Amino acid sequence: MTNNIYLESVLMAWNSIVSSKMRSLLTMLGIIIGVCAVIVLVSIGYGVRSNIEKNISSLGSNLLIVMPGSSRSAGVRSAAGSMQTLTYKDYEAIKKLPNIESAAPSIKTSYVVVYGNKNWTTSVVGVTDDYAKVRNLSVESGRLWTETEFNKRDRVAVIGTTVATQLFGDESPLGKKIRINNDPFTVIGVLESKGYSFSDQDDRILAPFTTVQERMMGITYVSTIELTTVNSNVMTQVQSDITNLLRTRHQIQTGQDNDFSVENSQDILKTMESTTSTLTLFLGSIAAISLVVGGIGIMNIMLVSVTERTREIGIRKALGATYHMIIIQFLIEAVTVSVAGGIIGILAGIGISWLVSSLTSLSTVITALPIIGSFFFSVIIGLVFGLYPARKAAKLNPIDALHYE
Amino acid sequence: MMDGNQMVIELRNICKNYYLGKQEVPVLSNISLSVESHEFVSIMGPSGAGKSTLMNILGCLDRPTSGSYRLAGEEVAGLSDEQLAYTRNREIGFVFQSFNLLPRLSALDNVILPMVYGNVYKSERRPRAEALLRELGLGERIGHMPSELSGGQRQRVAIARALVNDPAIIMADEPTGNLDSKSTKDVMDILVRLYKTGKTIILVTHEASVADYATRHVILADGQISQDLRRKP
Repeated sequence: MTNNIYLESVLMAWNSIVSSKMRSLLTMLGIIIGVCAVIVLVSIGYGVRSNIEKNISSLGSNLLIVMPGSSRSAGVRSAAGSMQTLTYKDYEAIKKLPNIESAAPSIKTSYVVVYGNKNWTTSVVGVTDDYAKVRNLSVESGRLWTETEFNKRDRVAVIGTTVATQLFGDESPLGKKIRINNDPFTVIGVLESKGYSFSDQDDRILAPFTTVQERMMGITYVSTIELTTVNSNVMTQVQSDITNLLRTRHQIQTGQDNDFSVENSQDILKTMESTTSTLTLFLGSIAAISLVVGGIGIMNIMLVSVTERTREIGIRKALGATYHMIIIQFLIEAVTVSVAGGIIGILAGIGISWLVSSLTSLSTVITALPIIGSFFFSVIIGLVFGLYPARKAAKLNPIDALHYE
Repeated sequence: MMDGNQMVIELRNICKNYYLGKQEVPVLSNISLSVESHEFVSIMGPSGAGKSTLMNILGCLDRPTSGSYRLAGEEVAGLSDEQLAYTRNREIGFVFQSFNLLPRLSALDNVILPMVYGNVYKSERRPRAEALLRELGLGERIGHMPSELSGGQRQRVAIARALVNDPAIIMADEPTGNLDSKSTKDVMDILVRLYKTGKTIILVTHEASVADYATRHVILADGQISQDLRRKP
């Protein structure tokens, strides 16, 4: 049998950890919470991101969105979409362009919706029938409005599942009267659930475009025009056709900026991705802070335990332990504790991520990077924060350590 | 390895000062002492005479301020920390007044510890420790923790630990200070037996009855040797 001082030190460190379980557990706790937080928060960040990607790509790769540009007054530009330059006539003109499969204008606003003694604030979207085609929406129960209802600007509404749950609970909403901004509407259909991406996609009400635009808001412009092309190859062509058409219609001179924008789903995806990466980074850094705090906890406990065990170190030195043996024992103790904490933290993090995705509407995506990253981080924390107290312990004069009270 | 009358310990003009704040306090001044192999030396004296300080220097736990200390012919001042650790491990066995067992290790593991630091083959450790504990009458207590043992039993575990690497010298600092009279007799009998098997024994005590077991009495007063008496065993 060979004698390996490292193996001996591992065994000795292990004995010392096992024989003082409470101290080891407290030390580990910081690391466990830190590693667990990193994994859970980052997996939530990735989950949100993958959900958004999924949702945007479910829109289809051949979706184009026309939005009004940002308004500029005295050189200050407001948010995109704040101008009121798009009209229903623009929509009708765009619809006549070649290679367009379907197109739909929409107008969106937020209202309080009341049914009985319950109320709920949600977004009300005025659309034409084609909106369902463009957005891949389908009606789960009931129906969309008829052409007659549309033309007569009837007060009918198709509600999302979240709205249905909030207002009606288990009751069937079909045929019920609700009040949107105090106007009575009849619920004629419920939309199929689309899930959660960045915001709840089921928390909305669709109503005929004409009703929302004229009867409720009393305006003449539209918020956006969404359209799909016949295939994805003609996207660029259609995009520039729309740009030319709208520049002519809006009488924009050469050299002047567009008062609208035409974006495809890839552009939107890119914008969303940069937003979600920021979110993930933000969540990750919060978690990283807790990991550092956990590391400081390890150093604290190691320092206290060295002081507490000064006599033990003195005895060990009197029995012939060298500086190296003492330092290795303490270092291995620190690293073992932090590695064990790291592993428990990883398992807990995976478990909690799984719980989060199965118990809440958030979905989580567990990736290798935060697991590997936080594991190595906890090893390094153990090394760094274990080294200082270990050196302090190993350098003690044996007689000073023995007489320590 | 050592002849009958070889010098094991040679101290020449050993001084040790401590610092209390900025003030230098001499504890030992000009101690010169030679101990041959196979002697049983007791170091006696009133409290504060420097007995323990002398013992710590002899045991390589502390370094003198000045003077020369040759242990088995080798100048201790010239040894590195590593070599000192080796010396403590192989050449000296310590027995302390407060036993100094590691509280979280069993009697057996306490005895095994010096073999771990001394790089003894793993397969040899357990049998050697068990044999020693049995020899000292602790066969039934091998797996017990120090807190489960009486004072006398703890001191016997400590003696087993001191003996396990078969050192030439046993240094006992008030080994009976915390023991009742029966345990005191047991421990002293063990030390006498060890002396008879050829070990060199240095015993610090302030009890004359304990010192009587020794063959030579060195009496310290105010950091100096005041008497050095030998008697025939």
